Amino acid sequence: MDKVVFGQYYPTDSVIHRMDPRIKLLAIILYIVTVFFLVDYVMYAAIFLFVLTITFIAKIPFKVLLRTVRTIIFLVLITSIINLFFTTGEELWVEWKFIKIYREGVEHAIKLALRLILLMLFPSLLTLTTTPMELTDALESLMSPLKLIKIPVHAIALIMSIALRMIPILMEETNKIMLAQKARGADFDTGGALKKAKAMIPVLVPLFVGAFRRADELALAMDARCYSSVAKRTKYKVMKLTVKDLVASVVCLAVFSLVFLNKYLWGFDEMILALFK
Amino acid sequence: MSIEVKDLSYVYSPGTPYAATALDHVDLTVSEGDFVGIIGKTGSGKSTFIQHLNALIRLQSGSIKVYDIDLTEKKPDLKRLRGTVGMVMQYPEYQLFDETVEKDVSYGPKNLGLSEEEIKGRVREAINLVGLDYEDVRDRSPFELSGGQKRRVAIAGVIAMRPRILILDEPTAGLDPRGKKEILALVKRLKETSSPTVIIISHDMDAVAENCDKVALFSGGKIEKVGAPREIFYDDELLLRAEMDVPTVVKIVKEMEKKGVTLGEKPVTRSEFLASVKRWRNG
Repeated sequence: MDKVVFGQYYPTDSVIHRMDPRIKLLAIILYIVTVFFLVDYVMYAAIFLFVLTITFIAKIPFKVLLRTVRTIIFLVLITSIINLFFTTGEELWVEWKFIKIYREGVEHAIKLALRLILLMLFPSLLTLTTTPMELTDALESLMSPLKLIKIPVHAIALIMSIALRMIPILMEETNKIMLAQKARGADFDTGGALKKAKAMIPVLVPLFVGAFRRADELALAMDARCYSSVAKRTKYKVMKLTVKDLVASVVCLAVFSLVFLNKYLWGFDEMILALFK
Repeated sequence: MSIEVKDLSYVYSPGTPYAATALDHVDLTVSEGDFVGIIGKTGSGKSTFIQHLNALIRLQSGSIKVYDIDLTEKKPDLKRLRGTVGMVMQYPEYQLFDETVEKDVSYGPKNLGLSEEEIKGRVREAINLVGLDYEDVRDRSPFELSGGQKRRVAIAGVIAMRPRILILDEPTAGLDPRGKKEILALVKRLKETSSPTVIIISHDMDAVAENCDKVALFSGGKIEKVGAPREIFYDDELLLRAEMDVPTVVKIVKEMEKKGVTLGEKPVTRSEFLASVKRWRNG
């Protein structure tokens, strides 16, 4: 494939890549919760440092990680601007005609932007260092207690893994069809939004027809091999917790505890300001 | 000279761990009237190469000239290029999209910006050329046709652009022996009537030997050798290195040699083979 998609698996040989995907998944969930508990700038910086350190250990170029942020840059800008103008507070900084900007607004805007970027960065690290198959295996394993209340965990995991598997196939197919139509003189790049949308019809119709054909063939092939979602299945790669997973868990828990301590007990920003006074 | 490729190299996803060299300093010249066969293992760069000829892939290094269109220019005339070089991709029937056969075939000519009348004439001609009955299929949905018919419609969609060079990527893939024969006969007919220069990629060595007068063997992103079919298919050392199969005729000749029968000639097509056997028997 020609383009490296954002968040796509980035193969390097690193400890992070070899970690148990279940631990990674749990760490991500905890991380997302943690980001909402960030209070002080010092902690924001600490979490950024944390993410960058992991990126470094995972041997992923920072450029690749930053590319994932580019996709949400608009969202970040818009939410920040809205917060900047519509947050009211006590300390008025700018007043011009109907526009009023408060100190709280500025702070809100900055923190929200940082929060959104952090929310994008860490989960991207997960998909960059974990293959989709590992992810679904991890999900299946983590959700297995739900089997007790008759939730078809295996079927859900299967649907997910097929869906994930289909993404690159469909992308390749889209690419192929676009090339074929380009060879027939199609022009996807010029014209207004309407013209561009119309130009996509010759791509989308064959794509959908192909997707249904593939789904049909896959179902038939699985049937032919007596696939059953209730049969006991073995795995090619068995997930096992090792020392590095334990170390990673401890480090994550330590970092995240710090955030909660900061939220409820210690104010780092004030401490540092007090030091300088 | 219809196509002139010089020192063409191409790397997929350069600068990432996925980087892969697909073409490595490739040179090839194709003259008008040539029937060129491109052979090579999967992943040897064949498809990447032909996609360059239609500017479906942007030039990274080297140069390509198609008639007077120079692809090293910043903005080559793509419309004219795509009207000159017709490309039939692998499994072209999967690219059909419109409600009727007529509309689908007219997609290409429409993109060229031709007049309504001109388009109509070309579409009728193209559909008849590929061996379908225009009146019969024009209003039918391409999706209700049979596999072989669909492929014909897809080829008609390219022919309707009246390309002087026709490129087909594995035109016989997935067809039964009869369908293969029909498509090859069609390609031959198209070469005689509408597109004087034809380039095909094929894994079917018999088809290449029977039809092509020039063969380019790709291996590992390089062209190992260009020559007449007999120069390629009797070069044992080359074929072994490139892990290529040979046409049935060549296999038979080799078997005969093992049994002590030496023809003294190098036939590659069936008729050549029969002629040399006759000569051998008589003299």
